Amino acid sequence: MENTRRFRFLPMPMHSVLLFMVWLLLNNTLALGHLLLAAFLALAIPLLVAPLQHTQPSVRRPLLAVKQVLLVLGDIVKANIEVAILVMGPLSRMKPGFVAVPLDIERELPITLLASTISLTPGTVSCELSKDRRFLYIHALNLVDEEELITTIKERYEAPLKEIFGC
Amino acid sequence: MLNFVLVLVSALVSIALILNLWRMIQGPGMADRFLALDTMYINSIALIILYGIHMGSPLYFEGALLIALLGFVSTAALSKYLLRGDIIE
Amino acid sequence: MDWIEIITAVFILIGGLFTLIGSIGLSRLPDFYMRLHAPTKATTLGLGALLLASMIHFTSLRGYFSIHELLITFFLLITAPVSAHMMAKAGLHVKTRVEDSTRGLEVRDAAKRRNEENADDYQP
Repeated sequence: MENTRRFRFLPMPMHSVLLFMVWLLLNNTLALGHLLLAAFLALAIPLLVAPLQHTQPSVRRPLLAVKQVLLVLGDIVKANIEVAILVMGPLSRMKPGFVAVPLDIERELPITLLASTISLTPGTVSCELSKDRRFLYIHALNLVDEEELITTIKERYEAPLKEIFGC
Repeated sequence: MLNFVLVLVSALVSIALILNLWRMIQGPGMADRFLALDTMYINSIALIILYGIHMGSPLYFEGALLIALLGFVSTAALSKYLLRGDIIE
Repeated sequence: MDWIEIITAVFILIGGLFTLIGSIGLSRLPDFYMRLHAPTKATTLGLGALLLASMIHFTSLRGYFSIHELLITFFLLITAPVSAHMMAKAGLHVKTRVEDSTRGLEVRDAAKRRNEENADDYQP
């Protein structure tokens, strides 16, 4: 709610910036007419859809968020090389397994981001979230050490998310 | 050189498409078939992008974007169908 | 032969190789959950590399920044894990066969139960 009350004519500031950029990217231009049209859409669409939104925790530490995005992008490239080597190598060496990761974050948006990060990074895919939102069930392609995997996920991906959203 | 690489990579992506098709026909369960279909969508985006580079025309971008959107929506709908036996409850 | 062309060609080659590896993984790995890993990771990065090559090519061809391929890249990066998660849920629901060497089956059963509880909520 804190976000919706702050600006009356700009109910969703982040979404407005996003809409502005997506319109310019779609038309692949920086012409004046498209800049004006993008600004109009970025103002009008959030005003129309603002009543529909769920309140989500807002980003408290934008700089840390940028750093985390870069870290995850680097990890995606590393993950791909690892998975490629595993896929092309002998299959009998692989030890697949399911792991339940206990969660500290409770809100929907951070959990969604964490699950997406897990799916895109080394050898793990998120499968299901427990009903009380306290465990995330994941599948690992090559499960060497469960405890180590859980600590890596919690320290590398969950702790920064917790700090970014301040919850 | 670019043209040679384009032809070579188109061949690679076509082989990938055939492998996906094999998995879609053979796949033991419904979930495997959906996964193969989803991968086929992504590979066809790759083919369209390659053709766009070959022709030097940015028009194919829009086709690729449309396939990306429709691919995601149809995968979501198919998974939902398998999960609940219904798409719109 | 200029540098831009070589860079574009290298990115196209990387993209094609990763796309192929994703599909090889899809057809080669033994069970559904393992197959899920190959397309969500390798194919997404492969297409990312191809789109990067397309951006470089059109920017040098036209002389101004042509970066609208970024839209597809970001869209795929956002949707690939979501569709993987949905397919994994569907796979749990239809009781897909798992490889015998899989560990942590009790976790799988917990996830499956959660899935069935949810199905009970559903009334046509």
